[in-house]
Amino acid sequence: MVMTNDSPGAVGPVPLEVKEPPAPGVSSTRRKRSLLKRLRRSPMLYLMLLPGVVYFAVFKYAPMYGITIAFQDYLPFLGMQGSPWVGWDHFERLFSGPDFGRLLSNTLILAFLNVVLAFPAPIIVALMLNELRKQVLKKFIQTAIYIPHFLSWAIVSGLTYLLFALDIGPITVLFNDLFGGRVNFLADPDWFRPLIMVQTLWKGTGWGTIIYLAALAGVDKQQYEAAMIDGAGRFQQLRHVTIPAIIPTVIIMLILNIGNFLDTGFEQIYMLTNSLNRDVADVFDTYVYFMGITNGAYSYSTAIGLFKSLVGLVLILGANWLAKKFTESSLF
Amino acid sequence: MSIKYDTPRDKIFDGVNIALLLGFAVITILPFLYVLAASFATESEIASRPFFLWPNTPTLETYRYIFSTDTFIRSLLVTIGVTVIGTAVQITLTMLMAYPLSDPNLAGRGLIMRLVLFAMLFSGGMIPLFLVVKELGLLDSYWALILPLAINPFNLIVIRTFFQQLPGELREAAEIDGANEFTTFWRIMLPLSKPVIATFSLFYAVSLWNDFMSPLLYISDSSKWTLQMFVRQVTISSDPSTTLGSLDPNYVPPKEGLKFAVIVIATLPIMLVYPFLQKHFAKGVMIGSVKG
Repeated sequence: MVMTNDSPGAVGPVPLEVKEPPAPGVSSTRRKRSLLKRLRRSPMLYLMLLPGVVYFAVFKYAPMYGITIAFQDYLPFLGMQGSPWVGWDHFERLFSGPDFGRLLSNTLILAFLNVVLAFPAPIIVALMLNELRKQVLKKFIQTAIYIPHFLSWAIVSGLTYLLFALDIGPITVLFNDLFGGRVNFLADPDWFRPLIMVQTLWKGTGWGTIIYLAALAGVDKQQYEAAMIDGAGRFQQLRHVTIPAIIPTVIIMLILNIGNFLDTGFEQIYMLTNSLNRDVADVFDTYVYFMGITNGAYSYSTAIGLFKSLVGLVLILGANWLAKKFTESSLF
Repeated sequence: MSIKYDTPRDKIFDGVNIALLLGFAVITILPFLYVLAASFATESEIASRPFFLWPNTPTLETYRYIFSTDTFIRSLLVTIGVTVIGTAVQITLTMLMAYPLSDPNLAGRGLIMRLVLFAMLFSGGMIPLFLVVKELGLLDSYWALILPLAINPFNLIVIRTFFQQLPGELREAAEIDGANEFTTFWRIMLPLSKPVIATFSLFYAVSLWNDFMSPLLYISDSSKWTLQMFVRQVTISSDPSTTLGSLDPNYVPPKEGLKFAVIVIATLPIMLVYPFLQKHFAKGVMIGSVKG
């Protein structure tokens, strides 16, 4: 394959560079000799490393090199070598076209809803679970609410289609009885975002509590005792002992969330998209699929993907910077 | 010292709290119970009763029909095969790469780790990866569902950290005894990593089983569809029997009921291993929260 050979990131099994700083007082020639010695000493280790390095070269770095087609009019029968270069044309088309504003606002609205609804939900449920004193009850509820995490989006979306089906879905029937009218959850664009949020909350809230429950389990019981001796009631304990204990975890999770802000979930959105709700449903990920795979506009869709990847990279580096600044740890 | 909660206000608080949490648990479970009940119901009952937990006239018709078609059984077998082989390939490649990267004396370790990390933060995107898979001739091949996801960089880093935490003396002692690195890995490190292998094999297995995006991108031949593709196609179709096909041309298969039955069958394997999943995944979340 052409791409891997030219790939700038393709690394051979024996990398020639080592960026680890030399030990103090070791001259560069001595370092080189010891490097050679180390290479000769452990050929087996490099042999073990080889499949993994090939994997990263082929499936991670070759596609990065493949981004160059965003600056071409790529045609499969001409290949990357033969396709004509067009510079920034695809980006100009994207930014000046009618779709960009729609994609950006759809993506940002879903991302915003995720931060204000899906992010706090597990924190609240974890705090509620933490107040339970009957361990059996707590275990039962945990076991129930963790289940949806393990189901595929195909199943969750299938459940959604059945429960919210026009006229016969149980939730549709209940809704129509309560509010009158004849709601069409699956086709009405106004219901697209609420349905996505219902899915997200149903699937992720329970599992999301785990990390907070772990933080809560680490709180020293003596702190509660001390608070009680000082006359703190139940709510004061919650406010002054429990909540401060999970604030660091909350901050880290929030920062992680910002890093993945634009990842609105391809499978989930793709499966709830139909011809009637496309206007509000299209986000960058699904639009890349429809333009690239369905319509065959490889170069244009690669340009859109590149735009999203770059914004994502900036967000995650920013999130890491925030993490370093405001917490003890960093993400990487 | 026992903590006492006995003021009336506390009792109300506890009651409301328990009610809300139980409500959430019920909302989680209720859809499954309804789908299970509806999968045993007749077409007319599904159309006439909006909600029920047990059908008036239970029937096995949907299941009998689904398992009489070769399409569904094929997709089930394909998914099982891809999951089993894929998990074996993925965990092997991940372990093989993680171990050398944990050796402090390995030249080039820093560079490779940096390249792995960068691949976590930035990717070529859907279309360039699709073109690579296409160039490799993997379209409509089951390997396209396995190889592009072979090493999850996050899993790799966590497993590498695990190897780093094993005492270095183990490695040195084995090498003094004349073992080469692979023998050390195979005979000493792998037996110590059984819990890690179990946890990360489950991670890989569940994501292979649930994967929808890879078959959507790489498999266009409907005779090679995985279970998730099948679930999708059946649940959005107004007449699912066109997807399933039928061996007997005179038979009129059920329609709506099939959707419920297919969801039940696709959910069942996950439910059967759920106790293991819950235990190991929770452990995985905790390992992951320790910085690599």
